[in-house]
Parts: sequence; C-alpha cells; structure tokens
Amino acid sequence: MLAGGLIAGFAAGLLAALLHFAFVQDLILLGEQYESGALVHFETSGAAPAATGHDHAAGEAAGSHVHGAADPGAESALQRNALTVLFTALIYAAYGILLVAGFAVAEQFGRTVSPGEGLLWGLAGFAAFQLAPAMGLPPELPGSVAADLGARQMWWLATVVATGGGLALLGYGRTALSAALGGALLAAPHVVGAPQLDQFYGVAPPELAATFAGRVLGVGFVVWAALGWLAGRLWSSASA
Amino acid sequence: MRNGNANAVGCDGREMNMTAITKAAAKSGSATLSIVFVALIGATVLFLAGHAQSATLHDAAHDMRHATGFPCH
Repeated sequence: MLAGGLIAGFAAGLLAALLHFAFVQDLILLGEQYESGALVHFETSGAAPAATGHDHAAGEAAGSHVHGAADPGAESALQRNALTVLFTALIYAAYGILLVAGFAVAEQFGRTVSPGEGLLWGLAGFAAFQLAPAMGLPPELPGSVAADLGARQMWWLATVVATGGGLALLGYGRTALSAALGGALLAAPHVVGAPQLDQFYGVAPPELAATFAGRVLGVGFVVWAALGWLAGRLWSSASA
Repeated sequence: MRNGNANAVGCDGREMNMTAITKAAAKSGSATLSIVFVALIGATVLFLAGHAQSATLHDAAHDMRHATGFPCH
C-alpha cells in the first residue's frame, strides 16, 4: 500500500517540479522583487517612494516574516531550486500516501479502485487540497499580504478535511441524507469564511498575483490528475 | 516441503484452511491498523513539509508552499 502511494507521489512530484519551473517560479521571483522593494508597483495615489517603503514595512510586519530566500547571497539559486524539487516531491509523496490510504478505506467498504476511479480521486484531492482552500485563501504570491498564519492554517486544514469528507460522502454515500451531509460539508468552510484582512496593502501588482494564483491551480489540477490516475493504476495492479 | 510436513503430523490437510481463516480474520483487523499507520505517515509528512514553521523547514519548503497554495507566512 505504502509503496504504490510513494511511487505515484514522487512521480507526480517530479511532474509538479517541472511544471513549477515552467510556469510558476518566475512569478515567485518577480513577486519577491516587489516584496524586497527592488521593484515598485505603480501607485495610483501618487505616493512617494518613501511611502512605498512604509507600505512594505507594514506588509512584513503583518506577515512577521523576512524572507531568507529573498536575501541576496543567503543561498544559491541552485540550492534553492533543488530544495524546491525535493519538497515538491515530498509533498506529493504525502498526497500519494494519503490517497492510497483512502483507496484502502474504500476497499474496506467493498469498493475497488480502478485507474479511472483513481483519476476521480485525484481530482477530488485537487479540489480538497487546493481548489476549495483557494476560494478562501488564494495562493499567495510573495509581496501580497494575508491574515494571521495560525488562523489561516487552521482554516486550511478544516477546509481540506471538510471538502474531502464531503466529496467522499457524495461519491460513495448511498442515501439522500449522506448526499445532503456531503453538500453541507463542502459548503461549511465557505459559510464560516476564511480569515481575512480588514484592508489590503500588498506591494505586488494584483495582475501578477492573479496570474500566479491561476497558474498554481492549473499546475495543481494537472499534477493531481496524474497522481490519482497513477496511484489508481499501481493500486489496481498490486491488488489484482 | 510444507505439504510434506502437513502429512507428517497426520492431519487431513484442513488445518491449512484453519490457518488461512485465522489469517483472514487477523488481516481485516491489521488492515485497519495499517491504514491508520499509512495515513499517519502521510499526515506527518504533509505537516512537516507544508505547515511546520521552523525557520529551516520554512525556508527550504518556501517556494513549494507558495506554489501549492499552503498558507506560508
């Protein structure tokens, strides 16, 4: 069980890393240039550069974080990118492991998982881990601002669990009650609402942040589809 | 070799079925346990790579966290 999830996860992680460097990394680096003040976003208020510097300080204070990575010379680009590949493979390995744990639960209830169903599981995983959380907490481009980290992580986790549970109930439940409960679970995180800021003072251009969010979700969609299909294939060939 | 042993103890071979039944019963219990175990491994890696805020882990996982939609900082 573990091996199939790990193999599918690492393979999907390598695909994710490839797509990351093709579509996403440049935007992160560009966002960090705004975050560090190397680039300054056009301000309609006509504020002087000094005011921009102030905004930036506020942004960092809110995030209570200074990028080690944005610090020039702190680490080489090679090391940074190698770590990104490593951790991307690692996070998708975790997703792969959780996915096959889900397959095993389904099997306990007498449901077999084919590659086709694995693909559906992958798409559900994408919805649970990326799409639904992104409705409240859009993928963060460096240089944008967001609410308190602990609260966001809590909402993220609750949304993942509720969305995953809701989709499982919709997909595998047999009664109207389970379908209604599934729908309620899908809706609940968004009825409660994600932690939000009272005002926005991100220093990165919104166009850049929007492109970033769209690409992150697009890459996630493709990789999760591949992960689900591959995990389902390995799973069904292992249990056959 | 195993068949030879079964005959040697003088049984009719049904003890092999009993072993199989016992194994099946143990399997469904241990299956639940192994699912929990595997899920815990997955959740632990997910937490360490995605959420843990130690400075080293955060910096190393930084770009991945941004690019996978995790709340990063």
